[in-house]
Amino acid sequence: MAVTAGTKLDARTLRADFPIFEQQVHGKPLAFLDSAASSQKPRQMLDAMDHFYETSYANVHRGVYELAERATEALEHARERMRAFLNAPSTREVIFVRNATEAINLVAYAWGLWNLEAGDIVVVTELEHHSNFVPWQFVAGKRGAELRMLPLDDHGELDLSGLDAIAREGNVKIVATNLVSNSLGTINPVDRLVAWAHEQGAIFVCDAAQAAPHMKLDVQALGVDFLAVSGHKMCGPSGAGVLWGRAEILQKMEPFLTGGHMISSVHVDKTTWGELPHKFEAGTAPMAEAVGLGAAIDYLEAIGLDAIEAHEHELAAYALGRLAEVPGITLYGPPAERRAGIVSFNLEGIHPHDVAQILDLQGVAIRAGHHCCQPLMHKLGVAATNRASFYLYTIPEEIDQLVEGLHAVRKVFA
Amino acid sequence: MSDFALENLYREVILDHYKNPRGHGVIEHADAEAEGQNPLCGDEVSIYVAFGEDGETIDDVKFSGRGCAISQAATSMLMEMAKGRTAEQVATLDKDELLAEIGVPLTPVRLKCAMLGLTTLKVALHKAKGTPLPEGLADFDDLELT
Repeated sequence: MAVTAGTKLDARTLRADFPIFEQQVHGKPLAFLDSAASSQKPRQMLDAMDHFYETSYANVHRGVYELAERATEALEHARERMRAFLNAPSTREVIFVRNATEAINLVAYAWGLWNLEAGDIVVVTELEHHSNFVPWQFVAGKRGAELRMLPLDDHGELDLSGLDAIAREGNVKIVATNLVSNSLGTINPVDRLVAWAHEQGAIFVCDAAQAAPHMKLDVQALGVDFLAVSGHKMCGPSGAGVLWGRAEILQKMEPFLTGGHMISSVHVDKTTWGELPHKFEAGTAPMAEAVGLGAAIDYLEAIGLDAIEAHEHELAAYALGRLAEVPGITLYGPPAERRAGIVSFNLEGIHPHDVAQILDLQGVAIRAGHHCCQPLMHKLGVAATNRASFYLYTIPEEIDQLVEGLHAVRKVFA
Repeated sequence: MSDFALENLYREVILDHYKNPRGHGVIEHADAEAEGQNPLCGDEVSIYVAFGEDGETIDDVKFSGRGCAISQAATSMLMEMAKGRTAEQVATLDKDELLAEIGVPLTPVRLKCAMLGLTTLKVALHKAKGTPLPEGLADFDDLELT
């Protein structure tokens, strides 16, 4: 590790921690600009998982033998690392799931289905990833509740002027928004929305999948009731994410999945549920993945979330400036100071799939498509966009490689 | 840049079909029509068919929609291939015939782009004539099978 918390990070040095960059793609250095979809993995995290498998692997919370105790300790240590990362009051509120999608579904099924009534209102935004839209649409539909979408303004930022009108329409029970948009990079005014949600007596569910990798989170300062995180976007392995929820709400909820581990006692006629967080962790946990996620948190905190955020703002500003040089480009979303390291764009007359394919041949990996945000694409009036996204290991040369690539794309379609 | 791969995939004939699509438009009161979407990229295509006096031969076929160069060029090529054939012939048209026309190797993702038009046309014919449904239908969204 080359840097310490509080200093500016050195992406060039950090790249050496990521084995994936030790290769060329189509004979070109790999410019990986798709970290918003999933981040690359540092050696430190991979080693932690290997070490767990090689020295401490057994099923957790079961055996009384040494290995089982070591494995349990490793899992619970990872839970504590995540608690501290989110500044949550208690590890009892930190539930391991597969990813943010599963975390949100847990709340939708175990809270939404049980508490929504016909005519109630669920509020989401036009900026949501399908993972924070479809579960609400589904449970609202099941319960006869209404779904309302907060619109975007022309800058790709939320227009909150309709909140009062929604409040007059009926009983708002759930407000679910992301903290950072995966598609436009917009950083949303969650503080205002949380205050409004609580005035309505609603719960607030925060999709932090795109925020957690890039900025310091504090669930107590945010004031949210639930918060969903995907480990794979923050240098952790695929298959481990976290739902944080307020203990007093989680305690009153019925379980989401039932089966092994989540019980207190099982009888032929009745089963009682286990304590938090186990009530929501049916079956064998993603143990090694959770250990990896804990190691990823160690890695990110050693660099410093503030340093990561500052690095990405710098890259976003640089990218917006460089991309603006490309003729025929449309850039979506807010100015650099109000966005994370995500830039979505289109080239006039050229479909994003074609853009991404030609870029790939130059070693540049970007995402092309609807980014699981079809309502947003409809709003923008496009079928798809190109998206370049950055992380702690991104260097300006990769953005230069992208810009050169876009000139080549235009040449093909000239 | 791998110029060979680039020129190969975006060879002149594909770009020509993309920029000057054949059979682009809408047939009002079509005898057969269907809409298809590729869920991977949001590409959309609508296909309209008019039969000749025998009620079997495709007299005219048009498409509208939006998509990448591969999907649009492949659909454009398909319009030329389908005209003059019967519904049954098109319903059983081997995808390799269209792929040969496209003439460049495609990755699995781009293969779905290339097949969107053919799949949608076969669905349109199925709805109008009861001809067999295409393979790989599950890869696409919103192909209404009423």
